[in-house]
Amino acid sequence: MNSTVSNRKPQAGVSLGMILLKGRTFIALAILLLYFSLRAPNFTEWGSVVLMVKHASIYGLLALGMTMVIITGGIDLSVGSIVGLSGMITGGMLIEGIRLPWIAGTLYPNVPLILLIVFLLAILVGLCSGELIARLKVPAFIATLGAMYICRGAAMLRSGGATFPNLFGDAAKGNLGFDLIGAGSIPGIDVPYSILIFIAMALIAAFIMKKTPLGNQIYAVGGNERAAQLSGIKIHKVKVFVYIFSALLASMSGIIMTSQLRAAHPATGESWEMNAIASVVLGGTSMSGGVGTIGGTIIGVLVITVLNDGMIMMGVSSFWQMVIKGVVIIFAVVIDLVQKDLQKKAALAARLK
Amino acid sequence: METTLRPVMEAIGITKLYPGTVALNQVDFSVYPGKVNVLIGENGAGKSTLMKILAGIEKPTEGRVLLDGQEVHFTDTREASAHGVGIIHQELNLFPDMRVADNMFAGKEISNYGVIDRKAQTKLASQVLDKLQRGINPNELMLNLRVGQQQIVEIAKTMLEKQLKVLIMDEPTSSLSNAEVEVLFHLIEDLKSQGIAIIYISHRLEEIIRIGDFVTILRDGQRVANAEVKDISVNWIIEHMVGHSNLTIEKLPYPGEPEPVMTVTDYCLPRVGGGWTVDHVSFTLHKGEVLGIYGLMGAGRTELVESLMGLHPESTGKLVLAGETIEKPSIPEQIARGMVLVPEDRQRDGLVQTMSIANNLLLTSIPHFTHNGVIRKDQCKNAVDCTVRDMQIKVADVKHLISSLSGGNQQKVVIGKCVMANARVFMMDEPSRGIDVGAKTDIFILMRKFAAQGNGVIFVGSELKEIMSVCDRVLVMSNGKITADLAGAEMTEAALVAASAANLFTGKAATIEGSVIQ
Repeated sequence: MNSTVSNRKPQAGVSLGMILLKGRTFIALAILLLYFSLRAPNFTEWGSVVLMVKHASIYGLLALGMTMVIITGGIDLSVGSIVGLSGMITGGMLIEGIRLPWIAGTLYPNVPLILLIVFLLAILVGLCSGELIARLKVPAFIATLGAMYICRGAAMLRSGGATFPNLFGDAAKGNLGFDLIGAGSIPGIDVPYSILIFIAMALIAAFIMKKTPLGNQIYAVGGNERAAQLSGIKIHKVKVFVYIFSALLASMSGIIMTSQLRAAHPATGESWEMNAIASVVLGGTSMSGGVGTIGGTIIGVLVITVLNDGMIMMGVSSFWQMVIKGVVIIFAVVIDLVQKDLQKKAALAARLK
Repeated sequence: METTLRPVMEAIGITKLYPGTVALNQVDFSVYPGKVNVLIGENGAGKSTLMKILAGIEKPTEGRVLLDGQEVHFTDTREASAHGVGIIHQELNLFPDMRVADNMFAGKEISNYGVIDRKAQTKLASQVLDKLQRGINPNELMLNLRVGQQQIVEIAKTMLEKQLKVLIMDEPTSSLSNAEVEVLFHLIEDLKSQGIAIIYISHRLEEIIRIGDFVTILRDGQRVANAEVKDISVNWIIEHMVGHSNLTIEKLPYPGEPEPVMTVTDYCLPRVGGGWTVDHVSFTLHKGEVLGIYGLMGAGRTELVESLMGLHPESTGKLVLAGETIEKPSIPEQIARGMVLVPEDRQRDGLVQTMSIANNLLLTSIPHFTHNGVIRKDQCKNAVDCTVRDMQIKVADVKHLISSLSGGNQQKVVIGKCVMANARVFMMDEPSRGIDVGAKTDIFILMRKFAAQGNGVIFVGSELKEIMSVCDRVLVMSNGKITADLAGAEMTEAALVAASAANLFTGKAATIEGSVIQ
């Protein structure tokens, strides 16, 4: 009885429609690329391509973490603030160092140590959000909304709202080389480190999701938390992990941004969490959890970035940019829902036969 | 059965087909005014389907429904209630944060030009509530009422219709205390005296004898008996309810020593609001044994196995699993010790609908198929293929979504997941619910196989035939307590049913033969 179902090929029209539906984000990206390369001057120059991919990398780091969080059925609103806070902590340590009151001196950590401190701080933020959500059952939206305000406030407090400028480092303080993270590239090929970092993190994220039990458990927790729990999955551990990973990636994004600008401004990263969520959703991840891929998110990030930068290059007003972005996001989700509905019907139909 | 009364509502030749099953087959059912018309049968006998058809929730595939001699076709409950047919579900549909009056008018608010007229609602509500004479204030918040009072509000809701003719009550006493049951029975007497016909669905046989007037018994979608309550006894009901088993499962013997694999002593789970959901339960499960736990809905069977699994941290008691005493069980630890639970509600608790068949099977065991933390695809595939073959799960491709499978095959996936976790103690909560006969038999054969391999199997069930044909020994639970421990020849249908009704509101066993532990 079931063999007949498996042998029955779907009609050509249906499967073509399904392929188009499933590859829609990719198709959208291709259309956008084609359109902007015809309409926007300089769009296809190597320089603008690298610039766009650099932008995509910075936003993309947030979106990678956000993908995992959303697949568990959660949300992380704090990533934009973590970008700002990480930048401010980094800038502060480069310029002012760490005061050590008990010896009345100041310690100037070198760049690797600065990075380590910032990463640890981000992990702490992620740990707190994760524990609130997993242990105390605070809704993810609320817990990370709180974390968002706290981190943004902390970033402002670090300098009283001022910017840390000229972050080139100082040979006397032994912290030279920070600007290389954002500006440097591998000698010979003109690919900036920031892009390589993004690619590396994307590979790690995809590896976790596809090749490790943890990845499977992330999908399971988002798909059906009760079933996951009864299957012996340590839900608590899974949830805390995704928030830590998301915060860690956000701090990387903050460091890269600060290095590129050679300045740390406390408002950096404002509303970036929304960009990240938009990319994730465009990439086919379900806001209700359980469904999504890192690959989809990367395409989603590219769509958002190409749309952004292309419109800027075409000289579209920033107000219209927002409207268009909003329309694109809603449209994407509507198509997503239509596709799911069709799939559900197909699954039921297959079962009734 | 002859009676001079004319029925107010009649179902004639009702047949209802669902994909794959016949839920009702040519059923006739007459509802007499001013009487309690009892509908009874095992789970899956078709009671709720028939009730849903009468209340307009479902449409019959064949057959007619007459109300006052006129044929009616209700499209929904709203239309049914406008014709004077009300229904009270087992789970109450109330809004705890709203006032009683607002609850009663939810969905049929009285409004003037789109503005809700709370005054008129409150007035009408209090008129109805006064008629019921239970002292319920229409301005009270729903959450402040006891369950019994909430149920009265549900009844009041149906009485808002000017001409309530038929009131369907689905297991109305299942969540009530003894005192509340008395209140409800008085209310039912009142309603009867107003000429309202009550359709009463219950598993509690004593109750039926006490307040019922007419009894209709369904079995496997067919009407098997129909009588006036004054002519019959509890025994008569049981006889007709269960019928005769034709399910034969070979009880494979376990060749080894039947040593204890799990010993439970004094297990308790406190109930919210006092009392016990699981009341000082003790038992031993042996190797090679399929142990049934029989009882009515709400007897505490599910909660017992869930507590043992570690799902209820507030539970207390001593649990010895393969010689190891376990203080506070946690689910991952219990699974590591070889204990698994096949949950009652497989959609909600057993499966991840967004994942493939293979990934559902691997949910628990995937960490076993890794090398340095990386999943070994080949090992996973082998294990999945092997399980699919052993369990005879009918799949086109294990990469398809779990929702593409039939209920029976989905259930096999849930069980397969447990098998892949190297279980030694299988606790299966209603594993045969909602699946076709073929798959049921497959699952029972599997249970016997697990036992014959030296594992312990617990089968929580509410269908007598199934329990009796699969289990070596049966514990009967009622109201949180074990009321009987029966094996071999003692394991009769009558004894099981009697024990399942013991320890209810009378605190006494039903007065029929059978070895019942008091």
